[in-house]
Amino acid sequence: MSMTRKRRRLYFVMLGLLGLGAGTALVLTAFQDNIVFFFSPTEVAERHVTPDQRIRIGGLVEKGSVQKNGENISFSLTDLSKTMTVQYKGLLPDLFREGQGIVAEGRVDPSGVFIANEIMAKHDEKYMPREVADALKKSGRWKEGEPMPGDIRPGNAVSDGLKPTSETPVTPVAPAAPAAPQP
Amino acid sequence: MKIANAIFPWAAGLAVLLFAVGLPIALVTSPPDYQQGETVRILYLHVPAAVMGEMIYYAMASGSAAYLIWRHPMAGLVAKASAPVGAMFTALCLICGMLWGEPMWGTFWVWDARLTSTLIMFFIYLGYIALGDAFEDPERGDRAAAILALVGVVNVPIIKFSVNWWNTLHQPASLSLTKSNMSGEMLLPLFLMMGAYGMFYVTVLVIRVRSELLAAKIRNARMSQIAGNEAAQAIG
Repeated sequence: MSMTRKRRRLYFVMLGLLGLGAGTALVLTAFQDNIVFFFSPTEVAERHVTPDQRIRIGGLVEKGSVQKNGENISFSLTDLSKTMTVQYKGLLPDLFREGQGIVAEGRVDPSGVFIANEIMAKHDEKYMPREVADALKKSGRWKEGEPMPGDIRPGNAVSDGLKPTSETPVTPVAPAAPAAPQP
Repeated sequence: MKIANAIFPWAAGLAVLLFAVGLPIALVTSPPDYQQGETVRILYLHVPAAVMGEMIYYAMASGSAAYLIWRHPMAGLVAKASAPVGAMFTALCLICGMLWGEPMWGTFWVWDARLTSTLIMFFIYLGYIALGDAFEDPERGDRAAAILALVGVVNVPIIKFSVNWWNTLHQPASLSLTKSNMSGEMLLPLFLMMGAYGMFYVTVLVIRVRSELLAAKIRNARMSQIAGNEAAQAIG
């Protein structure tokens, strides 16, 4: 008798967890738009964001686009298919630089320029000592902002969601041939 | 409990050893990162704390399930004893993460999916501890808390995959079973610290389960004493 009771409790717990999991999955899918932390410039263009909406946009700081005038900064933010001009006044995080993934919070003004109140830098998932980074760059096996050599997992981006879909993973250049054995 | 007593000195010894070796490597001798500089050292405290917070949650939820389904008293004790340790690791993870976020991201806190779901796990830990103590009858409290632990287990995979399912400010995982985006010199202190945290958990778990067992014994002795007194009064 107690065996069946235990059985029943087991099924009850399993069913409960299953239902809970399914419910959570539905809720999370329904609130997808509210859970994402930022939109890419392409998504902003598709969504017709009005100037009164506070949003966050994320992308890469376009190389050569940063203009500083005292505290006023302007730069282009790109997801490599669409680009937005961002204007900001204030302090920048340490990791802010050209080619870096960042997230800006603010509004789109009627002319389409993004007026940011806050800028955050995204960090990627790569960790290595400076010497290793320098050595990899020197040998041409890796450039900042690209996947690590040898890592061919698709979608393994500096910051997932920022990368263009068309980009093919960088195949590592074979290391220099070992020195010929001494006779 | 026999197994626990046997592994206890080993776990405690290993925890001390791993902290003694791991901490100096993590905080002093390991190389600074090419982007973050010295700030990378926070990672060696933060990542293992996050991993432990989630692993201990799974342990707590499994213990709670075994307690609810099979009324396994030891499983219930393990779940109960794990909760404060898991809450402590989650708090450590959140605090270290905020201290890292300020210089690197430019903000202590954002409500992105990873940070929010981790905070929710911390609150579930606290809720579990509070709920277990909220009833006159300890057994009812244990059952209510066990149900909460099972409900909250849905959140843990969300923490893990939040960085893949949604875009977040938090970076995706650097490590998986098949690949690493981290250089070997940095993996060493990371793994040492993970081992140290893990052994610390085992050590504290054994101590806490032991004291819970003792507390139960004292409760039972008191109860039988009261029952004995009442019986004596009834006769006298």
